[in-house]
Amino acid sequence: MNTVIDATDRRIIAVTQGGLPLTPRPYAIIAAQLGLDANDVMTRMQRMLDSGAIRRIGAVPNHYALGFKGNGMSVWNVPDDAIKEAGQTIGALDFVSHCYHRPRHPPTWPYNLFAMVHGRDRAEVDEKVRHIAAILGAKDRGHEVLFSTRILKKTGLRIVG
Amino acid sequence: MDTRDATIINQLQGGFPITERPYAEVAKTLEITEKELIERLENLLAEGLLSRFGPMYHAERLGGGLTLAALHVPDEGFDRVAEQVNHFPEVAHNYQREHHLNMWFVLATETAERIDEVLTEIEQKTGCRVYNVPKIEEFFVGLRFEL
Repeated sequence: MNTVIDATDRRIIAVTQGGLPLTPRPYAIIAAQLGLDANDVMTRMQRMLDSGAIRRIGAVPNHYALGFKGNGMSVWNVPDDAIKEAGQTIGALDFVSHCYHRPRHPPTWPYNLFAMVHGRDRAEVDEKVRHIAAILGAKDRGHEVLFSTRILKKTGLRIVG
Repeated sequence: MDTRDATIINQLQGGFPITERPYAEVAKTLEITEKELIERLENLLAEGLLSRFGPMYHAERLGGGLTLAALHVPDEGFDRVAEQVNHFPEVAHNYQREHHLNMWFVLATETAERIDEVLTEIEQKTGCRVYNVPKIEEFFVGLRFEL
């Protein structure tokens, strides 16, 4: 589903995708940068928020720096006819930050449900993964946890060049 | 970082207002001044405890492409392949993970069509097969991150 955005919206995205100005009137600053009216900028951003083009506005915490050193990508082989219910249940757990249905590539990659699990260390992540396994029961046809060992690149999404 | 910083991080992961003086509004609910809130956010960003403060855009709803993909890279060529993959500006994140598929990256492109082109270019450049796992359905995205 695409939201209709115009060239002016794209200019607003380009200057805000890295963050909002940390000044008392951030939207007026953006407007001044782009030669727009502050009310126009606020109306457009509110419309993008309402339509889902903006997911949310706020702080993006850095898990690693905040002491959550255990970040495991748990991957599950769940029967296709059970994926929706399983995904909704697992996605609602408070230690899961992302939960998606993704395609398998058998035989190398039999997994179709991805859930990012966060904890202070690996042991805490492992314990949470056991919790997910217990919830899935017989629907868990196999799972693994892929821990990251190195961040090779992290520039964040640049949606508009 | 003190308990007030923790409160800011816990309460400000979404819902930042789109109004003339948004920091002043939020500061009021936190019972601090606008100036203190701005200074604390500046410090949290400078110290790297926050990676960003602002709007999080939904790439696909803006007509862009987004996917997750993995490679199996032999140990001896790992750093060279990492450099080749990272060289693509469309690669937003790239992580080494403990698995046969040991390199996982997120690709964000300005158009949806560009995803397949970049993945083909990455295969040609690295000589590694790309396992593309675009999302079929999203069940949850967000951070209910409590300090």
